Amino acid sequence: MSDQSINEIQDEIIDEFAILGDDKESTVFYIMELGSNLEPLEDRYRIDSNLIKGCQSKVWLEAELEDDRLVLKADSNTDITKGLISLLIRVLSGQSLDNVINADLYFIEKIGMHNVIGSQRSNGLASMIKQIRLYAIAYKTKLQSQS
Amino acid sequence: MIREQFRILSREINGRPLVYFDNAATTQKPDVVINAISEYYQDYNANIHRGIHTLAEKATEAYEGTRRKVKEYINASSSDEVIFTYGTTDGINLAANSLGRATLNKGDEVLISAMEHHSNIVPWQMICEERGAILRVAPINDAGELIYEEYLKLLSEKVKIVSIVHVSNSLGTINPVKKIIADAHAVGAYVLIDGAQAAAHLGVDVQDLDCDLYAFSSHKMFGPTGVGVLYGKRAVLDLMPPYRGGGEMIKEVTFEKTTYNDLPFKFEAGTPNIADVIGFSSAIDYINALDKNSVQEYEKKLLEYGVSKLAEIDGLKFIGTAKDKISVISFIIEDVHPFDIGMMLDAGGVAVRTGHHCTQPLMDYYNIEGTVRASLSIYNTEAEIDILAEKLKAIVKIKRK
Ligand SMILES: Cc1ncc(COP(=O)(O)O)c(C=O)c1O
Repeated sequence: MSDQSINEIQDEIIDEFAILGDDKESTVFYIMELGSNLEPLEDRYRIDSNLIKGCQSKVWLEAELEDDRLVLKADSNTDITKGLISLLIRVLSGQSLDNVINADLYFIEKIGMHNVIGSQRSNGLASMIKQIRLYAIAYKTKLQSQS
Repeated sequence: MIREQFRILSREINGRPLVYFDNAATTQKPDVVINAISEYYQDYNANIHRGIHTLAEKATEAYEGTRRKVKEYINASSSDEVIFTYGTTDGINLAANSLGRATLNKGDEVLISAMEHHSNIVPWQMICEERGAILRVAPINDAGELIYEEYLKLLSEKVKIVSIVHVSNSLGTINPVKKIIADAHAVGAYVLIDGAQAAAHLGVDVQDLDCDLYAFSSHKMFGPTGVGVLYGKRAVLDLMPPYRGGGEMIKEVTFEKTTYNDLPFKFEAGTPNIADVIGFSSAIDYINALDKNSVQEYEKKLLEYGVSKLAEIDGLKFIGTAKDKISVISFIIEDVHPFDIGMMLDAGGVAVRTGHHCTQPLMDYYNIEGTVRASLSIYNTEAEIDILAEKLKAIVKIKRK
C-alpha cells in the first residue's frame, strides 16, 4: 500500500522527468525503460474483458480492491504504453477509492506528455485514466450498497 | 546537390536532423514542383478545356502538357491512353468498377497475389461480390516472392482479370510482371499492374510490358498528392464504360440520353486537380533530368549498405528478402514491438513507418502484426543509415539489459 499521497508521487515524477530536460529522445527512452521493467500481467488477467478500447496498442487493466484501496495491475503489447501505464500505477495504485476518483493528475501536463507521445497516444492515456476511475466508482458503489 | 533541392530535408525534428526513411509512403517534393504549383495559382489559375480566355488556354496547355509528358515517361502509344486520377487507389477503383462490370459474370475469377496493397484487394472484392465473381490469390514464398508455378496453376479460362503489384510496398519485391502479363494474356485475361512503388524506382514501358492497365501515383515520385494516372490500352479503355458521370466526360446531354466524350475525357468527370497535375509535370522533368542508371545503382548500393548494417543488430529479422527488390527494408526485432521502435526513432528524428503498411493479408502470411519499414530514396545517404543503425542498437540495448 502506498504511504505517499497522490500529489507527492506526482511531484516526484515531475522532478524525475525534469532531469531529462526537454530532450524528447531521452524522455521516450526513459518511458520505454519504465515499460520494460514493469512486471508482466499474469495470463489469466490478459483477457478481453480487461482490454481497454480506444488505445492503438493493446492495454489490459485489472483493478482489485484490497483493504478499501484500489490496486492496479496492467500490461500492454508495447513498451512505451507500458511505461505510461507504469506511471499511472505508481500514482494511483494503493490509493483510496475517493482519492482515485477525485485525483487531479497534473503530472501528465507538467511533464509535457502530450508532446512526447503525440495525440493518438494521449487519447489512449486518457481512456486508461477514465477506465481506472470507472473501476474506482464501481467499487465504491458496491461497497455502499453492501453497507 | 540533390538534397539542396528538397528544402524539407534540412529541417530538424526534436533538435536532431531529419532522417526521412518513409519514401514508400510518400516522397518529399523538390522546390521545382512546389514552385510550379504556386506559379499556376499566382499566374494562370483558370478552369481548363472549354474556356476561351487566355488564362484558360494557358492552364489547359499546361494540364495537357503533363499528359503528353506522362505518355513519354511510360512510353504509351498515345496521350489518349493516359487518364488522370486522384491516385493509384482511385485508378484501381476505376478499373475494377468499369472493366469489372464490362467483363465479370457469375463464376468468373479475378486473380491477385498475396502481397497486394489493400487498394488492390478491396476494390476487387467489392466488384466480385457485386458480379458474383471469385477473387483468387496467388501465394508467395518466405522470401516474399510470387510462387510462379502456383500463379500458373491458378490461371485458367475463368480468370478474366489479373491485378498484380509491380513492386511490393511492404517487401520491396519486384515482380516479373512482363512474364505475368504474357501468361495471363495466354488465357485471355486482362491485366492491371499496380505500379505505385515502381513508377519512381524503375523505368516503366507499358508497351514493352504489354499490360492492359497500369496505375500509379504522383506523390510517390516527387510529385504532389491528389494526382495519379491510369494508363490503359486504347482497345481496353474503349470497351470500358464510364465510371463517374458529370461535366467534362460528356459530348452531349439531354434528359433522355447522354453521349460520352472521347478518350481520355470519358473517364475524367468534373474539374480535375489542375494545379497538382501541373506540379506532377515538374516532378517528371525532375526525374528525367536524373541519370536513370546512376539512380538505380545508387539506390541498390544504399539497399546493400542498409541490409549489411541492420544485419548486425541483435534479434533483427528482415521481412522480404527477394532476389530482385527495390530499396525497401522491412524488419522486425525480437521482443520489441514495431510501434516502440517507430516512436523511439521518431523521437530521435528518424521517420520510418511501422505497422501493416496496408497489407494485412501479407502480415498474416508472415504471422506478424506489422514491421518497421525504412524505404530509401535518392536523397538518402549511408550516413543516415548509420544513424538508424546506431539508434536501433540503443533501443535493443534497453530490452536486452
Ligand atoms: C503498392 C501500392 N499500391 C497502392 C497504393 C495506394 O496508393 P495511393 O494511396 O496513392 O492511392 C500504395 C501506396 O501506399 C502502394 O504502395
